[in-house]
Amino acid sequence: MKIAVKVNGRLYESDVEPRTLLAYYLRETLNLTGTHIGCDTTSCGACTVLLDGEAVKSCTVLAVQANGREVMTVEGLEQNGQLHPVQKAFWEAHALQCGYCTPGMLMASYALLQDNPAPTEAEIREALSGNICRCTGYVNIVKAVQLAARELSGEGQEALQEVEAHGASSN
Amino acid sequence: MALRQTELRPLGKPVGRKEDPRLIRGKGRYVDDIMLPNMLHLCVVRSPYAHARIRRIDASAALAAPGVKLVLTGEDLAKMNLAWMPTLAGDRQMVLATEKVLFQYQEVAAVVAETRAQAEDAAQLIEVDYEPLPVVVDPFYALSPEAPILRDDKEKKSNLIFHWEAGDREETEAIFREAPVVVKQDVRFPRVHPSPLEPCGCVADYDTARSKLTFYVTSQAPHAHRTVLALVSGLPEHQIHVISPDVGGGFGNKVPVYPGYVCAIVASLKLGVPVKWIETRTENIASTHFARDYHMTAEIAAREDGKVLALRVKTVADHGAFDGAADPSKFPAGLFSIVTGSYDFKAAFVEVDGVHTNKPPGGVAYRCSFRVTEAAYLIERVMDVLARRLGMDPAELRMRNFIRKEQFPYRSPTGWVYDSGDYEKTLTLALERIGYEELRREQAERRARGEFMGIGISTFTEIVGAGPSHTFDILGLKMFDSAQIRVHPTGKVIARLGVRHQGQGHETTFAQIIAEELGLTVDDVLIEEGDTDTAPYGLGTYASRSTPTAGGAAALCARRIRQKARKIAAHLLEVGEDDVVWDGTAFSVQGLPGRSVTMKDVAFAAYTNVPEGLEPGLEASYYYDPPNLTFPNGAYIAVVDIDKGTGAVKVRRFLAVDDCGTVINPMIVEGQVHGGLTEGFAIAFMQDIPYDADGNCLAPNWMDYLVPTALDTPHWETDRTVTPSPHHPIGAKGVGESPNVGSPAAFVNAVVDALSPLGVEHIDMPIYPWKVWSILRAHGVTE
Ligand code: FES
Ligand code: FES
Repeated sequence: MKIAVKVNGRLYESDVEPRTLLAYYLRETLNLTGTHIGCDTTSCGACTVLLDGEAVKSCTVLAVQANGREVMTVEGLEQNGQLHPVQKAFWEAHALQCGYCTPGMLMASYALLQDNPAPTEAEIREALSGNICRCTGYVNIVKAVQLAARELSGEGQEALQEVEAHGASSN
Repeated sequence: MALRQTELRPLGKPVGRKEDPRLIRGKGRYVDDIMLPNMLHLCVVRSPYAHARIRRIDASAALAAPGVKLVLTGEDLAKMNLAWMPTLAGDRQMVLATEKVLFQYQEVAAVVAETRAQAEDAAQLIEVDYEPLPVVVDPFYALSPEAPILRDDKEKKSNLIFHWEAGDREETEAIFREAPVVVKQDVRFPRVHPSPLEPCGCVADYDTARSKLTFYVTSQAPHAHRTVLALVSGLPEHQIHVISPDVGGGFGNKVPVYPGYVCAIVASLKLGVPVKWIETRTENIASTHFARDYHMTAEIAAREDGKVLALRVKTVADHGAFDGAADPSKFPAGLFSIVTGSYDFKAAFVEVDGVHTNKPPGGVAYRCSFRVTEAAYLIERVMDVLARRLGMDPAELRMRNFIRKEQFPYRSPTGWVYDSGDYEKTLTLALERIGYEELRREQAERRARGEFMGIGISTFTEIVGAGPSHTFDILGLKMFDSAQIRVHPTGKVIARLGVRHQGQGHETTFAQIIAEELGLTVDDVLIEEGDTDTAPYGLGTYASRSTPTAGGAAALCARRIRQKARKIAAHLLEVGEDDVVWDGTAFSVQGLPGRSVTMKDVAFAAYTNVPEGLEPGLEASYYYDPPNLTFPNGAYIAVVDIDKGTGAVKVRRFLAVDDCGTVINPMIVEGQVHGGLTEGFAIAFMQDIPYDADGNCLAPNWMDYLVPTALDTPHWETDRTVTPSPHHPIGAKGVGESPNVGSPAAFVNAVVDALSPLGVEHIDMPIYPWKVWSILRAHGVTE
């Protein structure tokens, strides 16, 4: 089947088997390997991308369902060589270890902050509950999302200083 | 941005991770990201039965299916002498089953096709005629005379794999005969699975023109894997290039060699093109190595004042169909004999029976160094049983029995020599920080109101850093580790290590060690691991061994460089070598503070202006064989509240005070602790891989095998004490597993403490709400 999908702002036209999952289409046809696959039961969220702005697990969406729509993947977060604040925040708050869940976490966090620019800790945990991380224990992921929220709302410098202070004196 | 990378003296600072920029851009390179021209895809056909004879395999329909290039069966492999392969425990394991299968999801055939979907479709067309056989799931039944013998290939007369003992039986018995107090408790550590987020997989790429196999694999131990592959395949080792690219978590699961790897290699050899095999989550949980599954009984002999005297432990360990336990050869039950823990027992006797059942092979050291998790959980659980029996506060009982700091180096009754520790200090800090006395007061008040609040303590001793080579080996490969440092003319450094991280942050921490030793910045040092063509030989990353072994190698290798650098510095400063002093950032002339040269100056001179008679260049390697293991410790406290209506346990607070010796990067240490606590929490409250009577795996995916999400996971508090290891070059001990080893007991002790007014002395993990709910109801608690 022929599909036309806009991914990270660029239009791709491809011929896919109808059963191709969006995750595989992104990874194998478009070579956008930032979207990861961690399970076969829609449990882990490693494959999370935005479909017309909404976070979806791309292992549960058919590529043909994305026809005529817009997809944003982790590769689309960086703009003009500038990391997105949510990416910076993950780095600064040590919110990743092996990095395998990270693209999905970033996309889920990005989607959350689009909808809710100032989420509470409970709201963050709720929003990320479809994304499994086996390495970090979530505390720092939550911290990163809070940091990104503040950075996006213009409190960036202050937030960064706090994290630095925390990092230096933690324990 | 990246914090303080340009500072000199980076050791001990929370330097931002160098690995993160690529990972947050989605530019990590994991095995499944590798796509090579003409690459084919392999899919494994697995047994639906736990125990069955294979009468016939018919692959003709699969072979005729679209895109299919090859079907492999055990018979095909037998012709190449590859139907069996060695396990890490020195057992043998079928690659593809011939004659019979021994566990559900066992590998029976492999299909190679142009696309993964085609391979999966064709796999459905393979017809296997099975004759079901009686299934053995219970390890105690497996040991009984009426159980069928599972491993007839080994000509065994029973399902016993090994019987192993440590300690002094007679002395222990004698103490038990006289002891005024004896407590006894059966404790089960459930069968769990490491489940890293990235499943296992590989790409095998055999280049027929060069007779060279390039093998990309999710590996925690690439060099060991290369050697095993050479021994199994007969390919010369220097013609095998193992590359372990970014690895999406390991936790012990990526230490063994799996049948899918061997099949992919055989397929690539036969077809002359790259072949990829990536397992599904279900395959990962249901067929790759599990962990734990220890059925333990412990007895403590003690005085009435709480002083412990002797420990006696009997254990049955379910190792499944093939003994794949990742253990040093000398220790068939791993380091389980660390079970005397943090306490000064006069005597101990420990025995373990390893048993075959119709379950997947195992077990791996899942975020623990070889059975230490089981041991720490057992002793910490049983110390609480003793405290309760004596009516003593569990903190007080521990304080009374700790190995005291002046006793180090301490020889345990099972033969381990602990390097250093100050257990009292660690627990004291934990009690103060959590506000222990206040919490106990609150608990008394709540109890009076009929509420169930619990406080659980675990004060554990870990044992990590395998080697040393005089006692440690895997399949005969001695355990040490290595570093190779090359300083370029401009003072930029590439360092390669024999370990391979899977998220632990080696690219940053090892850069910190080397930068510190050489007076450079973290930005000056690039760390590379995981490529056997470039990295020096090493035994890999698991069992918290990287910092104790490769960290030592990195420091000593850097010091070797510094020795040569001093000679060059003397030449540049025009003084004798003895007049040169190193202050951590530069070489200067003794007594003449103004005259100094930096490592960068020296590096340039090493290629442009070496003193006569000195070899040019500035590089070194170091194979570090540690003199002993390291013994991190910790004091963990959990505070829980139990909901009487549902039986749900809420972890209100959890504090982990760790002592892992010298800290290289506090941010990374804290991150490792958070991660380990989350896995410990999962084990205590969520995880188990149950099997029904027919050997069906009942939790082969993340809908049934529960892994904690952000919603489930408590908020972690951490703190630390620092007791450097006296024998490690920088005093570091390793930390990655401590939280996973130490925390289950704190959780369970807290829940038992909460329910103790009902007379509860023990609950086996995982503590599902229904278990607690049933206990509450059985005692007439109705909300
Ligand atoms: S791969 Fe999509 S949810 Fe796990
Ligand atoms: S960082 Fe490894 S799974 Fe999240």
